[in-house]
Amino acid sequence: MNYTRVAITEAATSILDQLKAKYGDLIFHQSGGCCDGSSPMVFEEGEMYLDESDILLGQLDGINYYMNQDQFDYWKHTHLTVDVTEGRGASFSLEIPLGVRFIIRSRLLTPEENSELNN
Amino acid sequence: MSIYGIYRINFCKVKYRHLICDNGKPIRETLNADIPLSVDHWRYFASAIRAEESTMSELDIHTVSLNLKEPLGVIGQIIPWNFPLLMLSWKLPPALATGNCVILKPAEQTPSTATLLMEKIADVFPPGVVNILHGFGPEAGKPLASHSGIDKVAFTGETTTGQLIMQYASKNLNPVTMELGGKSPNIFFNSVMDADDAFLDKAIEGAVLFAFNQGEVCTCPSRLLVQEDIYDAFMARVIERTEAIIQDNPYDVNTMVGAQASNDQYEKILSYLEIGREEGAKVLTGGAACHLDGDLANGFYIQPTILEGHNKMRVFQEEIFGPVVAVTKFKDEAEALEIANDTLYGLGAGVWSRDAHQLYQIPRAIKAGRVWVNCYHAHPAHAPFGGYKKSGFGRETHLMMMNHYRQTKNMLISYDKNKLGFF
Repeated sequence: MNYTRVAITEAATSILDQLKAKYGDLIFHQSGGCCDGSSPMVFEEGEMYLDESDILLGQLDGINYYMNQDQFDYWKHTHLTVDVTEGRGASFSLEIPLGVRFIIRSRLLTPEENSELNN
Repeated sequence: MSIYGIYRINFCKVKYRHLICDNGKPIRETLNADIPLSVDHWRYFASAIRAEESTMSELDIHTVSLNLKEPLGVIGQIIPWNFPLLMLSWKLPPALATGNCVILKPAEQTPSTATLLMEKIADVFPPGVVNILHGFGPEAGKPLASHSGIDKVAFTGETTTGQLIMQYASKNLNPVTMELGGKSPNIFFNSVMDADDAFLDKAIEGAVLFAFNQGEVCTCPSRLLVQEDIYDAFMARVIERTEAIIQDNPYDVNTMVGAQASNDQYEKILSYLEIGREEGAKVLTGGAACHLDGDLANGFYIQPTILEGHNKMRVFQEEIFGPVVAVTKFKDEAEALEIANDTLYGLGAGVWSRDAHQLYQIPRAIKAGRVWVNCYHAHPAHAPFGGYKKSGFGRETHLMMMNHYRQTKNMLISYDKNKLGFF
């Protein structure tokens, strides 16, 4: 069985498709910290410098989802679903001018998921 | 900057009583924190620059070295929505006092505060010195942060945007300062309960300050660490005080906690309450949205919430930016420090004790830029504020902030009439 760490809702996929049509290839990067932190950010591919300290959690609608290694250490026991909500975030994330904001909904990995993904 | 300008800010505060509420914060806080602190920061830097002098050294009998501080030039500042007036008043005065021009971008959720303040004080500054840039992050913030005509960027926000701004700055070889939030521990040692007195009352309030500004504070004391032998008795008092919080219309001076600033923040906080429960955190009070009646029915209200658990849970590790505190117990100083420092961040911390030794040694061992000792959430202008670890670097407030906005011109002067003799 191939388990995943990340998933995306239909509503979020539809926003992502709009952004892909406008900007081309994209990436997700999970933010931490103040204000609009703890939320996923979407950028044009190549916009953000990534290296081995950025863990690839999976692909959503063809888009890579990254998180920094030290943040991942605290998050890796949970499954993340990207959803979208009305709102006015303040960051460089590309969906913001649309009046919506990607958010994360989390759940614990099941024991089966955990043993496959974290061992 | 003129004293006239400062008093103009002071005089227009009646208007601000209403404006600052646009992010949902209670007017009780606006009147007692945002406005007086903002005025204090303008006054402080206006005075600090007047009290300053450059330095001169006589290096040898013929050689004099003058060290002059010069402005960097054009400063880009990006501020958040949690304190629209106060964050502006932290960032603008030191940059202006040191002779720079500024382009400041307020958060898109709270644009009116900066605009209305500038309408009142614009004529104090020469044209072009202070510029307010509104717009969405990808369309206004990013061009500001990456523009080659900018000489420095000062940012308050979250880590991914912070990293991007540093990346843009590296292309321009520009300095940056970053304030990126935290997950601040607030530590209560058993001696706080040695007497049931005014100090204990203050300590309990100190624990409940997690709900201040709806928890939308970079230094929100969102991890509560309580020594095990007082845990039950202390937490009973903290829960009682939390449940006495009045959550109502922000325009009512009796309201202590207002609404969250936006729907996406509201949804994010609720999602953290869910994952907290899933990870096994016990809800000691709150734990859900707060539904009010009438005009407030659709407000983004969250009940002040205390979650009990352990430090590896996500609610102990991530900035929820809501009125939510995660509490755990510790047995001794070593364990308190281990938990306190087990975080990616290092912005604020609180230490509460009646033991004089603990009051010095524990703060020294905490990896955070600001440790409040027997107090919390005090933000005087003359105390430097900033982060360790992933909370950022550089400092805000205090006169040392002025050096983050300027560079040193060294004039090395020879009074020797004789040549070197090389050629």
